[in-house]
Amino acid sequence: MTADLNEIVEEIISALGSTLPTPVTITTDTNITRDLGLDSLAVMDFVMVLEDKFDVSIPLERIAEVETIGDLARTIQDLRGRA
Amino acid sequence: MTILAKYTQLRESYHKMAAIGRDPFSVQFDGILSPTEGMLNGRRTILLGTNNYLGLTFDQSCIDKGVEALVEQGTGTTGSRIANGSYTGHGDLEKALADFYGRQHCMVFTTGYQANLGIISTLVGKDDILVIDGDSHASIYDAAKMTTGQVVRFRHNDPDDLYKRLRRLSDHPGNKLVVVEGIYSMLGDTAPLKEFAQVKRESGAFLLVDEAHSMGVLGETGRGLAEEVGVEADVDFIVGTFSKSLGAVGGFCVSDLPDFDILRVACRPYMFTASLPPSVIATSLQALKRLREEPGLRLRLNSNSRRLYEGLRNLGFQVGPVANPIVAVALPTKELAIAFWNGLLEAGLYLNLALPPATPNSLALLRTSVSAAHTPQQIDTAIELFAQVGRRLGVLPSMVQAAE
Repeated sequence: MTADLNEIVEEIISALGSTLPTPVTITTDTNITRDLGLDSLAVMDFVMVLEDKFDVSIPLERIAEVETIGDLARTIQDLRGRA
Repeated sequence: MTILAKYTQLRESYHKMAAIGRDPFSVQFDGILSPTEGMLNGRRTILLGTNNYLGLTFDQSCIDKGVEALVEQGTGTTGSRIANGSYTGHGDLEKALADFYGRQHCMVFTTGYQANLGIISTLVGKDDILVIDGDSHASIYDAAKMTTGQVVRFRHNDPDDLYKRLRRLSDHPGNKLVVVEGIYSMLGDTAPLKEFAQVKRESGAFLLVDEAHSMGVLGETGRGLAEEVGVEADVDFIVGTFSKSLGAVGGFCVSDLPDFDILRVACRPYMFTASLPPSVIATSLQALKRLREEPGLRLRLNSNSRRLYEGLRNLGFQVGPVANPIVAVALPTKELAIAFWNGLLEAGLYLNLALPPATPNSLALLRTSVSAAHTPQQIDTAIELFAQVGRRLGVLPSMVQAAE
């Protein structure tokens, strides 16, 4: 389970790397809007990338609860578990 | 810490923008002379950013009908239709719109914004899924916030992406409602509706098309994009507005879905707001009649659109993908767009400044909307002013450089 979560975190970080203009150190505790400076639209666009990467549907209302990379990974893990 | 402290950042960027020249978000006209001219800061100004597609705001027959209704029925209904009752005009306008679109049902709303907000958020219940284009209008995003169902976005104007996202949801038992727009309000691009309709058929989803900017503009009889590409039978709901081609304010939704009228007692943005005043209903009804009886308006509009689009493109400006009545010029930076907008305003040309986050791909846009009422000379003047300001600001090469 934890290994799976770590894998998701790694995938998110590598996907984010290609999105951000400047390289930043990203961990599970990184706050997506505050630390990465992504506005709500950029977050929604990034979510579309993750949906394709994990072949999962991430509804917008679930994104509202997400603050950190760890939250995002757990949300994706949860959604994958249901599929 | 005051309750407005959270807007500190917004206030700073707003003040910074307004400091460059005039405040683009609080332009105040001294007077409106015609559908295409107004007085601004004491000078005659060409209006090229009003969404007044058919130029009917000063149409004599519309004004006459409005005055008649105002005198006979008063200034307002002072209440909602479910609590205070409807006037004959509300029903007449609904019948006329249903007839125009060849549909069984129509509901009229107090604004176009409320039509999207109400219809979308009420159709999608807690077990359903709303599927929206990533570049959707704010009213659609607000409906997405209001619905109790799930919301999924797909890439702008990408039928394959929609297909992929619907496939992922194929095991979900709820109804899916796909929402797209006929013409997108920022770049003037149209949806690939034929392809979307096919995805809709294959997936069993419902399809809603917002024809706010395409009603009276596209299609053989002006019904919009669905008519133009021949997929009206696949569109379950059409939403539109009276505030663009019909020159007033208000919104509507038409549908053939049995029991559609149950929404009248379920849709909160319909139920809990005052209905449109009789004069607005009367001018909208007359404007719809004019739209239907005079296809020449649409021909003039489209010829003006092409004239402006090609004129700006030939100067070297970056315009949208199609020559529709919304012609948007993209500028490299926000600051340049603000300076350009101010330069045009000082020269007597009014249009809209559109900045992120209201724009797709964080573009800084000068957004124009063409009217059937513009004369070819007005369009040419606008193009010439774009050229002058563009050269002065270095967006276009100067004449000397161009000649070299």
